[in-house]
Amino acid sequence: MPDEKSDRSPWNWLLLVPIVIPLLPFLFNADEPRLFGFPLFYWLQMAFILLGVGTTTLVYQMTKRGRRRP
Amino acid sequence: MSGHVTEIVVFTVLFLLVSGMGFVAARWRRPADLASLDEWELGGRNFGAWITWFLVGGDLYTAYTFVAVPALLFGAGAAGFFAVPYTVIVYPLVFLVMIRLWSVSHVHGLVTPADFVRVRFGSPTLALLVAITGIVATMPYIALQLVGIEAVLKTMGIAGGGFLSDLPLIIAFVILAAYTYQSGLRAPALIAFVKDVLIYVVIMVAIIYIPARLGGWDVIFGRAAEKFAATPAPNDGVLLNANNQLQYVTLALGSALALFLYPHSVTGVLASRNRDVIKRNMSALPAYSLLLALIALLGYMAIAAGVRPIGTDGNTVVPVLFDQMFPDWFAGVAFAAVGIGALVPAAIMSIAAANLFTRNIYREYLNKNATDAQEANVSKVTSLVVKVGAVLFILGIDPQFSIDLQLIGGVIILQTLPSVAIGLFTRWFHRGGLIAGWIAGMGTGMVLLYNISNPVTDHEHFGGSAFQLAKLGLDTKMTVYAGFLALIVNLVVSVLGTLVARAMRAPDGVDGTKPGHYTADEGDPRVKDLDLSGST
Repeated sequence: MPDEKSDRSPWNWLLLVPIVIPLLPFLFNADEPRLFGFPLFYWLQMAFILLGVGTTTLVYQMTKRGRRRP
Repeated sequence: MSGHVTEIVVFTVLFLLVSGMGFVAARWRRPADLASLDEWELGGRNFGAWITWFLVGGDLYTAYTFVAVPALLFGAGAAGFFAVPYTVIVYPLVFLVMIRLWSVSHVHGLVTPADFVRVRFGSPTLALLVAITGIVATMPYIALQLVGIEAVLKTMGIAGGGFLSDLPLIIAFVILAAYTYQSGLRAPALIAFVKDVLIYVVIMVAIIYIPARLGGWDVIFGRAAEKFAATPAPNDGVLLNANNQLQYVTLALGSALALFLYPHSVTGVLASRNRDVIKRNMSALPAYSLLLALIALLGYMAIAAGVRPIGTDGNTVVPVLFDQMFPDWFAGVAFAAVGIGALVPAAIMSIAAANLFTRNIYREYLNKNATDAQEANVSKVTSLVVKVGAVLFILGIDPQFSIDLQLIGGVIILQTLPSVAIGLFTRWFHRGGLIAGWIAGMGTGMVLLYNISNPVTDHEHFGGSAFQLAKLGLDTKMTVYAGFLALIVNLVVSVLGTLVARAMRAPDGVDGTKPGHYTADEGDPRVKDLDLSGST
């Protein structure tokens, strides 16, 4: 029997960031400042995609089985 | 039809070429024996990170999304952009959930969400409810893929009314049915690759070329704002207002919670090779969200370009925009991208729905001693039936109605969350409580949806998913996603039902899983042992 590995890791808490932030309309529901002609509402929510990719990539790298040996 | 000959030729050639690949796929990475459900459906469960990325992406970002999301922005503005936060939050949300599902499924040889519920809660009844929910929610989703193809065909002037004009649509789906019948999940995995390349090319060209022709993004957003200011509708505009923010947020969250409860999403995830492949994909899949955000904005480009939808079918705005803006040959390429984009998810969805039927209804209730070959056969036939059903569906009813049905699908699939997603983490719930919660959530969802009217499409009932809180007696104009309210009711009843069942000492099902089963990975002897169902 191999060791019972656990999915627990403090890094997982980071996943809350890209879940909570895109659900807060007061952060992005505005026209100004514009970026390349895009109102804030559009470019900031597109920027949240990068936030999501960045966070999940970081958590993946820090918790993947190949790296973490108990 | 005369002005569209080039478009039709390019569309047809590309469509046939890609379908041909579907048939070739039967020979790609071929196992010794395709006559078992695992092999036919899950492609032998050995897809690595790249194939999984294309497969799951092709599965979640469908032709319908590409056609309907811009149509939403075209019609209502900012509220339609919910698809972007939805596809941002979904991956971190399910990151830790899907790896547990992968592990327990591979230890116990599970293929569907209902299989899991059966093992976890020891309740064939609850598993049956989950299976039926999955099938019912998936059917309109498949039909919607046809709405995407239909919108393209209409724009080329070869669909609309009468039986003969439906012929191209029927041919498209005969091709789809034939190749999934022949090669299972291998076909969509292979053509998903081509579909993505086509769509990326089309979108990259569209977001550079079209704004340049229209005078830049400032002009596009400006014209959209003018359009919404001129309409009497209170909740449209390029920004959200005080009344639809709650709807925006709950719809994004509710849709995200629902996405991986759909049986076809689970199919894509289970086909990956190991847990790390899933994790890596959860961080790489949002690349599609960027694409989706840009596609969504095609709706505003259509406004700026003065596009008029064909008839009352709002889904034609993007195809018409392409038709007006692009040279004919490239419009043909774009249409082929949408058409092929419909085939991939439709194939995966029909396979997943067929599998629910085979494993959780046929084997559980109709033929308990089914052999692997019998199961694979029933699954193939059911997948055909599901597709024929979807075609009849689309030919028989108004496209707008199928979109409403899709909304209902989202609300009902969400009601399996306590059993499936929460069940992956805790066995606290009693099977009786979960069944009661499912019934309550389903009932609430239906009542709420029934009470949503939509004056724009002239529907008195089932007119959308935004429920007015004022109807509950609250003094506000705010709206909320109906599925979200229904899920809360479901959870509350599940908790109360569990407490009552425990107090009455009602017999609970046996949990067939152990904590270690949720973290087992590739290389674990338990995983390997039960992954050989192809040869039993």
